[in-house]
Amino acid sequence: MSTDETGQGGAQAHEGAGEFQEPGLSGVPVQKLVQLITPAGERVSHPEFDLWVQDITDEQLCSLFEDMTVIRRIDVEATALQRQGELALWPPLLGQEAAQIGSGRSLRGDDFVFSSYRENGVAYCRGVDLTDLLRVWRGNASGGWDPYAINMATPQIIIGAQTLHATGYAMGIQNDGTDSVAVTYFGDGATSEGDVNEAMVFAASFQAPVVFFCTNNHWAISEPVRLQSHIQLADRAAGFGIPSLRVDGNDVLAVMAATRVALDRARRGGGPTFIEAVTYRMGPHTTADDPTRYRDANELEDWAAKDPISRVAALLERKGLLTSELQDHVRNSADTVAREMRKGCTTMPDPQPMDVFKHVYSAPNSWLDRQQDHYARYLASFGDPAGAVSEEGAR
Amino acid sequence: MIKEFRLPDLGEGLTESEILSWKVAVGDTVSLNQVIAEVETAKAVVELPSPFAGVIRELHEQPGTVVEVGKPIVSFEVADDAGTAPAGHGALSRGVTPAGQRAAGEEPAAPKREPNLVGYGAVVESSGRPARRPRNLPQVAVPANEAPVRITPAETRAADATAPVVEPVETKVIEARAGVPSGDRPRSTPPVRKLARDHGVDLALVPGTGPAGLITREDVQEFLRQGSAAQAAAPAGQAHAGGEGERETRTPIKGVRKHTAAAMVSSAFTAPHVTEFLTVDVTPTMELLAKLRGSRAFAGLKLTPLTLAAKAVLIALRRNPSLNSRWDEVSQEIVTFNYVNLGIAAATPRGLTVPNIKDAHSLTLEQLAEALALLADTARSGKTPPADLSGGTVSITNIGVFGIDAGTPILNPGEAAILALGAVRSMPWEYRGEVALRQVMTLSLSFDHRLVDGEQGSRFLADVGAILAEPGMVLTMV
Repeated sequence: MSTDETGQGGAQAHEGAGEFQEPGLSGVPVQKLVQLITPAGERVSHPEFDLWVQDITDEQLCSLFEDMTVIRRIDVEATALQRQGELALWPPLLGQEAAQIGSGRSLRGDDFVFSSYRENGVAYCRGVDLTDLLRVWRGNASGGWDPYAINMATPQIIIGAQTLHATGYAMGIQNDGTDSVAVTYFGDGATSEGDVNEAMVFAASFQAPVVFFCTNNHWAISEPVRLQSHIQLADRAAGFGIPSLRVDGNDVLAVMAATRVALDRARRGGGPTFIEAVTYRMGPHTTADDPTRYRDANELEDWAAKDPISRVAALLERKGLLTSELQDHVRNSADTVAREMRKGCTTMPDPQPMDVFKHVYSAPNSWLDRQQDHYARYLASFGDPAGAVSEEGAR
Repeated sequence: MIKEFRLPDLGEGLTESEILSWKVAVGDTVSLNQVIAEVETAKAVVELPSPFAGVIRELHEQPGTVVEVGKPIVSFEVADDAGTAPAGHGALSRGVTPAGQRAAGEEPAAPKREPNLVGYGAVVESSGRPARRPRNLPQVAVPANEAPVRITPAETRAADATAPVVEPVETKVIEARAGVPSGDRPRSTPPVRKLARDHGVDLALVPGTGPAGLITREDVQEFLRQGSAAQAAAPAGQAHAGGEGERETRTPIKGVRKHTAAAMVSSAFTAPHVTEFLTVDVTPTMELLAKLRGSRAFAGLKLTPLTLAAKAVLIALRRNPSLNSRWDEVSQEIVTFNYVNLGIAAATPRGLTVPNIKDAHSLTLEQLAEALALLADTARSGKTPPADLSGGTVSITNIGVFGIDAGTPILNPGEAAILALGAVRSMPWEYRGEVALRQVMTLSLSFDHRLVDGEQGSRFLADVGAILAEPGMVLTMV
């Protein structure tokens, strides 16, 4: 199984779509992949999408490069922490840095993100506390952070369920009469879920201000996208009456342009947009997965050549911006973040038995109080409170 | 100070992993996150990054050992505040003893459980115990609120006596029951219950060593082993004393070995095998081989007798398609393949695998040679992708490379035929009415008699033989 040059998920018949939209297998127009930076680091112009990133200065390009490098480092460090027994599990994002930073950096503070469990880079853009990022994966809490503090819901583990939350939130935005946008992230596999389809039906019906950001990383654990969809994922949106864009997900500028187009449409009352960011999951599904059992090493090699970070580095090099100062600076900030995250992880206090009663209801109630009281007395029956905690943990 | 690194749960809910190799040696200085070992879990082969910067002081486990989660595998000497974990952090500082204080070979102090890390639950049951897997119950952490039966010291001692004689079973019953939290039925998992049922084992008799007395697969297997050992030992008396385990080596049946065994048993008992032999003068083939090796078209390609034999098989299959077929028991149909996925049995470091070359029938000799070389290299490095291991339609096994002449190969399950190539030997042989020294090879063909009759099998084997005896005969066949 290998992916084609443009990372196309659909049938071979779609290859060679030219400048103009051509009918696909079922008469659905086939979209051309939007790309602004080639894998070799060349900036290619695009009549439509250039406008959306013309404000990106050299300095900002450098900071995009920095953010992508930092989240890759976060990912590597968290993977190491899992191997060292400090985390129970970690879902790596290796290879998807441009998709996450390009979109995450396009959002406004009052936009609200509903993501899957892999959008740790998006969470980083939202300013999540690094320790909070790991809390759930260490098994220390059932949720990592206060969603309203960074306007990003805690990651959804149920595949695709967050799209419904986003559509509901977007309908709320309509009632509020503001121009913020709900953005939901999900993978190629999630598009096969009922939830995602329902969310798109409702979003279209209500013309809700929601962006469906589909990270097509080609693999739903071991299931290749080709088996799930015989047309490009972006083309599915047409069936819901939702306009869609198909971008090179390893191209940070293209992702940014597409996200801005979608956000702008939503803010102006134009309703939902579906973005398919075509990228590749370079690592395993999670640290408990072994992708060599189901995919071809050649495929990995093909995609390594399209690495999102090296192409920005190549572009900076062409522009003469990839100085050793910049590289040192980026390396230092990645090291600092990794160090801070590791420290936060290994020094995280253990949760207390009574913590399970927190965050269940928004307000206290007598029923819960009673349970809490019973549980406290039960724990107290062990005498040593610390011992009681240990016994609980042992089970 | 010395810090120990305990084997973490590398997947979700794994209880053990095998150390494949150490990437460092005692005395090496390592940096944080430097890869120190390669470990294989039930799910994947993963690299272990070092949790500390420091010097390796001790490697507790040898490559090839299966280590329970939570057991120390390596000790580091780290600068007092250089460690990444803060002093006093439970997970990492517990059980740490200065190197000098621990006599060699002594078990490290029984570590406390580490409730903050997922997967560390196993520590309670296993660490601090002898290296042998505990077979009895008392050390199971029976939750305090669920321990209706106090285990008295006497009982504990009885349980610790692990000599597998028949009597103690009664004792075990009582203890096993004591460990069952709710008393309804022994705690286990569905696959293990099935295993027990298949072997006629009453789970109530099996002591569980898993968390809170859970009966694991190993427990049932050990119970079976002990049962048969006890029976065997009973008449003879002391045949199975624990102390002299050195006289035999017990290797857990798992991985490729396990799959091979299952495949061979299923093949041998579902497909009625017939094996035929044919010894052929392959001198013309060897001459052709020498000619091809010198030719420009095959420069740089690895050409062996296997290459030409494989080509001969592909040509002969075209004339004898019934050997390239499958018995579909479920749909009661015979599936004859119009393509050939040619399996080649390969001895790999991890055991026998039969990767196959897809659509081998459509390959030219050059392509076939290339595919064979690639397949062998990939198999030897253990990197054969799963897709290459399934979907084979017919197989070749090259026993000649071991210097063997003939054998009765067992069919790769689902395939109708397998051909074993013997060694090419210089033998006195009839040649043009006289005895001459010729290059001779024996072909052994096994086929599934449900699909292939003696006639077709013999014709196929004769065709392969004819091509190898005189490659020019191909002209009469294609």
